[in-house]
Amino acid sequence: MVNLLVDFFKILFYTFLDVLPILTIIVFFQIIILKQPIPHLRRVILGGVFVVLGLALFLMGLEKALFPIGEIMANQLSNPEFLGIVEGEVIHWTNYYWIYIFAAAIGFSTTIAEPSLIAVAIKAGEVSAGTISANGLRITVAVGVAFALALGTFRIVTGTPLYLYILGGYIIVVIQTIFAPKDIIALAYDSGGVTTSTVTVPLVTALGLELSGAVPGRNPAIDGFGLIAFASLFPIISVLAYSQFMFLKNKMFHIKK
Amino acid sequence: MFKDDLVQFGNKIKSALLDLFPIIIVVVFFQVVVIHQPFPQIWDVLVGVVLVALGLMLFIEGLEMGLFPIGEALAYALAKKGSLTLLLVFAFALGFSTTIAEPALLAIAKEAAKISSESGLISSDSETLKTYALGLRISVALSVGFAIVIGVLRILKGWPIYYLIIGGYLVVMFMTIIAPNEIIGLAYDAGGVTTSTITVPLVTALGVGLANVIKGRSPLLDGFGLIAFASLMPMIFVMGYGLFWF
Repeated sequence: MVNLLVDFFKILFYTFLDVLPILTIIVFFQIIILKQPIPHLRRVILGGVFVVLGLALFLMGLEKALFPIGEIMANQLSNPEFLGIVEGEVIHWTNYYWIYIFAAAIGFSTTIAEPSLIAVAIKAGEVSAGTISANGLRITVAVGVAFALALGTFRIVTGTPLYLYILGGYIIVVIQTIFAPKDIIALAYDSGGVTTSTVTVPLVTALGLELSGAVPGRNPAIDGFGLIAFASLFPIISVLAYSQFMFLKNKMFHIKK
Repeated sequence: MFKDDLVQFGNKIKSALLDLFPIIIVVVFFQVVVIHQPFPQIWDVLVGVVLVALGLMLFIEGLEMGLFPIGEALAYALAKKGSLTLLLVFAFALGFSTTIAEPALLAIAKEAAKISSESGLISSDSETLKTYALGLRISVALSVGFAIVIGVLRILKGWPIYYLIIGGYLVVMFMTIIAPNEIIGLAYDAGGVTTSTITVPLVTALGVGLANVIKGRSPLLDGFGLIAFASLMPMIFVMGYGLFWF
């Protein structure tokens, strides 16, 4: 118990240091440049205390829950005994299918519930003047992330180089950008960032690293990362594809009329 | 007043749990239906889940109470003031400072240091681990600051976003060729990590505020796109960081 408290205060102190730059900048610009007092000072200070406290609690929970969940799931689902592999047998990438399904399930479920995606989806609906439906977009992005994580775990299992996938993805994005409705481009690029939330990042990172450690012949330092990159690239592709599709569908509809 | 606060507090807890809910459902389903094995350290993990939910809730509540309103007002006031240098300095500082405190980046930097020392890329004493993780965070934060500056310039000058993005991709590809293998995965991941809890709302506020103030810019079209730079630049900078270490 005492240890836990000492740990907590240590984390609290480091967290305070992490937040300090933001504090400095706000105070500097507000008081030195704009020469104005900070409005609602007491509320702001209380908010600052909450931020530091919350971040410290989150970091403790990270070690206790999010990292372990990712590691345990990767371990259990890639365990030869669970996969039904007899010792000495050559493992094929198809043996790991539960990992792909698990990654896809995590990707889909966390994305569909992601609050910032909901906000972006509503904005996309506004920009496109109703061509794009908010729910349709959310489902598209969630399917995109599910596919991305499944493909990302497949890449870890097979150990194929990450840059080939990313390069392929970029080429698709560039081609899509040429043809996509111009209004949606900036928004689509931004949507790549919103799918990877604070809760998913540590879990998915731990999953990838542990998986690369469990699959024979893989090196965590080279193969373990990359899942987040997949999860940030595919939403761009799926948003561009979806808006392109809806745009064309609309056009067809008007021509028919 | 007090009752309202309680209701709001309840809502915050609910939304923090909602973040975790899909993960819990999927993990429980796999444990019960697929794996049929006792979940190790179950109590520790449960305590951790509660800490994560509580921590995120307090964190976001705190941001909304203080940082977000001030940050938005500042961004708006500086955009209106019309001094380009000040605006760019502020943009850089905002990107840098919010990224340094980004929880997801803290998490991934820690893991990255652990993995690098386990594979013998850096020595495993705790001092080196700390330096490596901090250096990683600083290079990501610098890159986001830089990205926001470019993004602001883009909004001011009205450059089309896709030229910059495609140019950025080319640089990423070039860096991939010269960077050591061990950094590439981490660098690509860093792009997605930077843009979560703190950075997105403040940076979006800056972009939309700017586009509002400048004539002929639409907040919806020009206000966005800052985040896209903030996910591109870290890849380039982290690969540079890898060149420096390995």
